[in-house]
Amino acid sequence: MNSRNRLITCLVLLVAVVGFAGCGKKKTRDTSSLAPSLSGPAPTAQLTATPTTITAGDQVVLTWRTTDATNISIEGIGDVPSSGVKTVTPSTSTSYHLVARGDGGSADATARVTVNPVQMAVAVPQDSSASNMTADEQFRANVQDIFFDYDAYDVRADQQAQLSKAAAYLAQNTSIKVLIGGYCDERGSNEYNLNLGQSRANSVKQALVQAGVAADRLRIVSYGKEKPFCTESTEECWQQNRRAGFTIDR
Amino acid sequence: MTAFFRKLLSCFAGIVTLSIPGAFLSGAFLPAVHAQDWVRTGSNLSDQKIRLAAADFKPVGGDPQTPSYKASFDSTLYNDLANAGIFDMVSKSMAPQATPGSPQEINLGQWAADPANASMVAFGALSAANGRLSVSGWVFDAKNPGSPQVLGKQYNESASTDNARLIAHKFADEIIARLGGGINGIAETKLYFVSSRTGSKEIWVMDYDGQNQHIVTKLGSISLSPRIAPDNSRLAFSSIGKEGWSIRMFSLDLGRPVGFPAGTPGGSNFSPAWSGDGSKLAFSSSRSGDPEIWVCDANGGNLRKLTAFHGPDVSPTWNPRTNSQIAWVSGRTGLPQIYTMDVDGANIQRMTDGGYAISPSWSPNGQFLAFSWNRKYGPGAPGGQDIYVMDIASKRWIQLTHDAGSNDFPSWSPDGRHLVFERAINGHNEIWTMLADGTEQHELTKSGKNFMPNWSWK
Repeated sequence: MNSRNRLITCLVLLVAVVGFAGCGKKKTRDTSSLAPSLSGPAPTAQLTATPTTITAGDQVVLTWRTTDATNISIEGIGDVPSSGVKTVTPSTSTSYHLVARGDGGSADATARVTVNPVQMAVAVPQDSSASNMTADEQFRANVQDIFFDYDAYDVRADQQAQLSKAAAYLAQNTSIKVLIGGYCDERGSNEYNLNLGQSRANSVKQALVQAGVAADRLRIVSYGKEKPFCTESTEECWQQNRRAGFTIDR
Repeated sequence: MTAFFRKLLSCFAGIVTLSIPGAFLSGAFLPAVHAQDWVRTGSNLSDQKIRLAAADFKPVGGDPQTPSYKASFDSTLYNDLANAGIFDMVSKSMAPQATPGSPQEINLGQWAADPANASMVAFGALSAANGRLSVSGWVFDAKNPGSPQVLGKQYNESASTDNARLIAHKFADEIIARLGGGINGIAETKLYFVSSRTGSKEIWVMDYDGQNQHIVTKLGSISLSPRIAPDNSRLAFSSIGKEGWSIRMFSLDLGRPVGFPAGTPGGSNFSPAWSGDGSKLAFSSSRSGDPEIWVCDANGGNLRKLTAFHGPDVSPTWNPRTNSQIAWVSGRTGLPQIYTMDVDGANIQRMTDGGYAISPSWSPNGQFLAFSWNRKYGPGAPGGQDIYVMDIASKRWIQLTHDAGSNDFPSWSPDGRHLVFERAINGHNEIWTMLADGTEQHELTKSGKNFMPNWSWK
């Protein structure tokens, strides 16, 4: 059921990408149930956040467009029109997740906003802040989260491309040290999940080491289910939380 | 006379039963044995409960605070005796209105008659004067007017509501020890737990009945898995800091964190567990790469690794009776299961046959494991996560919680009659207690989110 779902999802995403070339946002796995026979064109969805990195207290403009959808909602905001613009002020890093449902199935889009604490912006000297931001943005663009299956800590085949990209970037930027955090979804025990998170972070570290990244540049820590990225009890959210995340280890 | 003699006999029978549990478990002797009979036997709970009345104490002395002290004392004493699990309590509405303050003032016939029909009566006097609180308490056998006294105690503390409750706990524990087969009561024990009510996860402590909750650690990070030492001197827990997750120690004697270098170096360190004699600690550490179970002396020396198998190993618990075995959780075959091994790492036995089994706690008499189990775990599976108790020798188990939230982290009381556990309903995690047969479930915390309870050893 899972692989078939994934196949359908791929098709939907393909249509979405063809329909809106240049929509560079990461698509999450769509697990909403699709009717076996689709009547009508598949919906498309696009969601962008500008800017994607802010300091706490700043505003972010969310812009979205959908086609062939009858019901559109953004998690945490609620039902929204088929296209629109909204200003939000997230206090912590947030993943805005839009789901568009129509007669032809459903599509979704995600925009992530990274919120930096206020004191960080003050602590960075004025002259180097510009280049620092660029490095951060490059890092985030190239070294992205690795997602895991339920109760597993082996790197999934569909995550290998992400991992290769990260390894290539780290091979070119040898001055960057990385902290790999292991995360789990909300189910199961804290103590067991902390170990599972440790194993996930370690799997990613070992894969990067095999790809040529020096082990002493990689530090790992497990957050178990202590620092969830989202807190809904849905498969989408659980998948977002079953991951290894990267930050520059300064 | 006969009534009390019968109680003595039943206490004696309980002790004999404890020493030969195998005879009861085999089932050959008792073909009609019910699933809960062995847990009642092993957990020192009996089907024959003593009918006990706790009279309201007589207020003596002119301190204006006396009525409020008396109210705290009366309700604490009654609740302690009701919570003990071995008494059939006479409800206050059925008890005589009298408040006998001394043996001369009690009319035993009144208590022995219907509707109270008490076998035993606890009564006495409470007085507050000159900043001191003094209590005289007795237990009389209502069916033996010729020689009724079973127990007589006197207490004197500085006057405060907390001390009124403390004296009630002490008197309740005396009664429970005297009438409950010599097993010490738990009214003076503490529960350590994790709470996020200040914004960060810190270790907290409360009385066994949920009263008197206060914070222990103030680290401002994430502190988990509190485990109190058997002598109540130190609290071991896991906490995240600059060097990752380490096992840390808080001295309850000194009231501050103390060093424990063995808990820090490298990898993540989780889930400490004291041996029953307090001489050793077991914990999970990934300092050698993969998470494994490690053991060291209480001062951190003599560190060694017990397990060596790919996959998570976590949540050790010692057999507190022998200190020669450890049960723990391993993910070596996929989903986590409960295993046991000897303290040298040999003789590994798998205890659970599937599902998602976590958080074992070994019973004080060495006979049982309590743990959390989701027997039908998987995407879309309807299984609930519930508390189970398994008889280790036979691997027979019973389910203690049903259809009530997600349940985890059971921890045995020192008398083996109770369990404390964490229950999450709609994302609200709270601390609950129950008797070891699953009855008498009570919620102890109401404020914020609360996790991972651990029952003190005395």
